[in-house]
Formats: sequence, structure tokens, C-alpha cells
Amino acid sequence: MTAEMTRAGALEIVADVLKHELVICNIGAPSQELCAIADRPGNFYMLGSMGQAAAIGLGLALAQPRPVLAIEGDGAVLTSLGTLATIASNPAPNFTLLILDNASYGSTGDQPTHTAGRTDLAAVARACGVENVVECAGAGLAGALAAALRGGAMTVIICKIAPGNRKVPVIGMDPVQIRCRFMDEVRRSEG
Amino acid sequence: MQSKTILRDLEAAGIGFAASVPCKQLAGVIAGLAASPRIRHLPATREDEGMGLCAGAYLGGLRPVMVMQNTGLGVSVNVLATLIQFYRLPLPMLISYRGEVGEAVACQAEMAIHTKPLLAQLHVPTYHFHHPRDVAELPGILAHAFTISKPVAVLMDAGFWTGDQP
Repeated sequence: MTAEMTRAGALEIVADVLKHELVICNIGAPSQELCAIADRPGNFYMLGSMGQAAAIGLGLALAQPRPVLAIEGDGAVLTSLGTLATIASNPAPNFTLLILDNASYGSTGDQPTHTAGRTDLAAVARACGVENVVECAGAGLAGALAAALRGGAMTVIICKIAPGNRKVPVIGMDPVQIRCRFMDEVRRSEG
Repeated sequence: MQSKTILRDLEAAGIGFAASVPCKQLAGVIAGLAASPRIRHLPATREDEGMGLCAGAYLGGLRPVMVMQNTGLGVSVNVLATLIQFYRLPLPMLISYRGEVGEAVACQAEMAIHTKPLLAQLHVPTYHFHHPRDVAELPGILAHAFTISKPVAVLMDAGFWTGDQP
């Protein structure tokens, strides 16, 4: 399982670990796979705006007390590397960024990203000033994620996975439906 | 006075979160945001990231505002269309309007020429502050953004900032 785990396998682990956390999920295959594996009102699926899940997650974590998990891919993070500096300099204790690094643009045909070459996102996150950077692979994700979500300190996890997409449907929900459902869930927990 | 009035209006409108990318015309507003006990301010590395931060803050129950220069509009088009508008999120944007008459830096005019056409193409309601007294419209514009749940742009040119002493 370890070396061969793809994004869908990683998202199954994420779904098992999740309890009441709020989730912001990256555009394309990651959101489609998460929706198919474990749809829940506390999931906000990105249908556009590649590279913004981490920023949205940080804003959400700063705005309310529930733990927030942002799920990004390596390609998405590479479009917005500055965001790692923003989250490092404004750490929210209830925020976890999980980067599923399959070294490829999975939603567009598995073209290699620069993490397939010389770029090390864990080193980038550390250089940006992130204090808690955790690297894991395969089944190690479960323990790393649970510790980050319940540890009370902002954490960036880089989980190495294999390229590959599961055949799942496109998300059929309207974006306004996704966000109203999500905001109802945020408000419910405050009540 | 403009900067102080803007800060007072933002707080009075219930704004709880601000993201900014700086402009010298906005220095007073940004300093005020950084010092505000009622508004959580985050400096963003880019304007689209700032809009992402604002979207998250709104999902979490805070009223956001984006503070930026008009040159940042170009990198923000995708996020405005596919995040802020697609999910129907309110976002007042206070935008310094560089490159208009009085501008000392010639290159600023290049994006100034595209600023209003881009906002019009995106169907973003846009208001242009040219004189210091125009700030009186700000409370209404802020309320309007949250009523209609859309991004709304306020362009503030060099004439507007005349005599501003933050």
C-alpha cells in the first residue's frame, strides 16, 4: 500500500480520520474523489481557482474556532508558493494544510510537476517559516493527519503518493449549494 | 482624513477581516487595519491569494474587505470569476487607482487603461472616487456588497487621496 497509494487511497485515509473538521479541497480530481468517497456538508469543493484552497483554509481557520483541513496538490501549491509564506507568518493553531504530492498534474493527464524534479515542498515550507512540517507516505498519513488536526498547532503535511486518478463523476452540485451547505454546517457548530 | 474615514466606515460596516497587497496611496488604510482591534488584517503575497483569504473568512462568518492596487486586478481575474462570483460571495474591494492624471510612474498607466474595461467585462459594480468628499459614499457601497453578495470595486484615484494625512 505504501509506495503504490494514489490520491484516492490517501483520501480514504483522510475520510477515516476526519471527525468534525471543516475541509477545503483542491479543484478537479481531488474534490471529485473526496466527494465520491465521503461527501459531507463540512466539505467545501473547489470547482475553479486552482491554488486557492490553502488561502481559503487559512481565512476560514482565522475566522472561526473549528479545526480546518485544506487539501492541496503539488501542482496547485506550485501555482501559489507565496501562500506558504502567508500561512507561516500568520499561523492559525486550528489549521492544517495537507499537500498530496503525486509529482504530477493529475487532473490534466498526469504531466510531471517540478516536484518530480528538484523541488522539495517540505523544504520550501520550512524555508517559508512553517514551524511544523511533517513528511509522510502511505499508511503513515493516518497518524500524521490525526496528530496535526488534534495537536493544536498549525501544521503542513506533505504526503508522497503515486500518480493516478480514480474514475469518479464530476461534482454535480451547484457552487452556491456547496457554499450554503458548508456555511450552514459552520453555523450549526457554533450554535 | 480619507484613510481615517475609511477605517471608521469599515469598522462601522462590521468588517471583521481584511487582506491587503500594499500601494503607497493605501499606506494609511493598511496601517489603520494593522492597528484595528476589530478587524483581523492579513498581508497577502498576491491579490488573488488575498481574495482566497477573504473567501475563507466569509465562509467562517466574518465580513471581509480586499485592499489592493489596480495593477493587481490582472492576476485576480480567475479568482474573481471562479471563486468570488461563481460561489456568489460578497467582497468589497478598495482599489487604489494608479496611472491616472498626476501619475509619476508611466508604466502604471498601462494597467490603468485596462482597469475599468476589465471590471466592466467581469460585471463587477464599480465606483470611482475622484474627490476627497466621495468617501461619503463608502458606507452605502459596503452595505450594498453584502446585500447583493457580489464583488464590488471602489477605485480611488490620486485626486481622491489629495491631502490625506493618515
